[in-house]
Amino acid sequence: MSKLIIEPSPHIKSGVTTQKIMLSVIIALCPALIASVWIFGLRALIMTVICCTSCVIFEWVCRKIMKRSNTISDLSAVVTGMLLAFNLPVTLPFYMAIIGCFVAIVIVKQFFGGLGQNFANPAITGRIVLMLSFTSYMTTWAEPFYYKNAGEIVTTSTPLASETPAQLSDLFFGTTGGCIGETCALALLIGGVFLVAIRVISPVTPISFIGTVFVLSIFTTGSLEGAVAAILSGGLMLGAIFMATDYATTPITAKGRIIFGIGCGLVTVLIRTFGSMPEGVSYSILLMNILSPLIDRFTVPKAFGAAKEKKGGKK
Amino acid sequence: MSYMKEFTKGLIKENPSMVMLLGMCPTLAITTMASNGVGMGLSTTFVLVCSNIVISLLKKIIPDTVRLPAYIVIVAGFVTFVSLMLQAFLPDIYSSLGMYLSLITVNCIILGRAEMFASKNKVIPSILDGLGMGLGFTLTLVLVGSLREIFGSGQWFGITIMPEFLEPMTLFILPAGGFFVLGVVIAAVNRIMKKKPREIGCHNCPNKDGCPGACEKAENNGGEQ
Repeated sequence: MSKLIIEPSPHIKSGVTTQKIMLSVIIALCPALIASVWIFGLRALIMTVICCTSCVIFEWVCRKIMKRSNTISDLSAVVTGMLLAFNLPVTLPFYMAIIGCFVAIVIVKQFFGGLGQNFANPAITGRIVLMLSFTSYMTTWAEPFYYKNAGEIVTTSTPLASETPAQLSDLFFGTTGGCIGETCALALLIGGVFLVAIRVISPVTPISFIGTVFVLSIFTTGSLEGAVAAILSGGLMLGAIFMATDYATTPITAKGRIIFGIGCGLVTVLIRTFGSMPEGVSYSILLMNILSPLIDRFTVPKAFGAAKEKKGGKK
Repeated sequence: MSYMKEFTKGLIKENPSMVMLLGMCPTLAITTMASNGVGMGLSTTFVLVCSNIVISLLKKIIPDTVRLPAYIVIVAGFVTFVSLMLQAFLPDIYSSLGMYLSLITVNCIILGRAEMFASKNKVIPSILDGLGMGLGFTLTLVLVGSLREIFGSGQWFGITIMPEFLEPMTLFILPAGGFFVLGVVIAAVNRIMKKKPREIGCHNCPNKDGCPGACEKAENNGGEQ
């Protein structure tokens, strides 16, 4: 009887830690990493390693200077570095990638209080800062398998910006121009299915995001094939599966996530169709990140067993 | 002895744009180059000193109820003078400042000093106050402008200083970069002045209205129920 302990809830602990979640995201990103090394050569791997390393170093130094507990072992900086590298073209100079890591970790994440406190996705914001700062470098895409042609870099446009429509099989297997990790839809889908299967992410956001883009693209391109090409090209798969499902910056409830996904899809299609930029996935996610607290406020679920609040009944 | 204090308070301690956060519009809009900052800052200083003198002299004549229109008329007169002089003698600065020159009229630093200081003090302290505030404003503009120009276009006062292999970050001369640099400068000034950050607690929490419990609000409601 003396072993009887009274303690506050929660009483059931699932054993899920930040570290385990981040590790499973890293595993889920590995197929895309392998595909990118196959498509863009060893430089893609070096870029990813540099981004991960500098993110971890920035996180460590920043926490040290701010005299906070060190959090590099939760692996979230590695995930940020990997996602940021996947959003960069393979030919980008390395120091620019490191500037992007600085923006992502120090400015977006640690200035606002570290993991879970940031209001915007660090990797997305890092990419947008690089996009606005080094536009010409960020929109120079290497031809797939360029490393086989005696080291000469042949540039090409992304399927979204080119005049001739790309082959659907090319888009699916990723043998087109684009950022390091975004081209191979197959590898990203494998990662996404893995994350959904082990219940790290909920499929609601990616499905509503990609679904909205698909439905709207039927109207904007006028054909079913065009709509399929629209969801396979650009950074849509990467953004919808790995970035629109970030815990800290997206709504909590399922209803909120549907609104989030539809909003992302809408903004993406609007930018792709009417904007001056070829791709709008990163901007759409950043915009919806900012709206997330508002969405959360409007989709507060009813408390279990509570009566419906009457309109104007509140004194 | 207190005259010196009237002058120096505007430089750092009560710096209009870094501490009192007045005059944000020109601070963000024209600081893409350091030279713009000098032009804007000195024009504002001139207008500020002149309007402080006149308002301080007229403080007993201006009726209380119409004092703001009266201040604006006085300020607008000096702004017209400055913009005509710049147009005649420094056309480069005139064209790069554009409409922000005329907007000095409604700059809150000038109206703020007229309302808070010149209308309550004698002429000589008002001159020193205007001079200090104006130079403090110029200092901020040049600082923000220098940082944005160096990082955003690799130059300082038009001289290229960044090595060629480094690409300048265009972000810094875009509006977003202006907000970022200003925020960092304000943070640095707070740090230097050892200002304590606002205490984090329920009474300062922006979400306290939507917050369902846990904090003060719950305590208060709990007491009422």
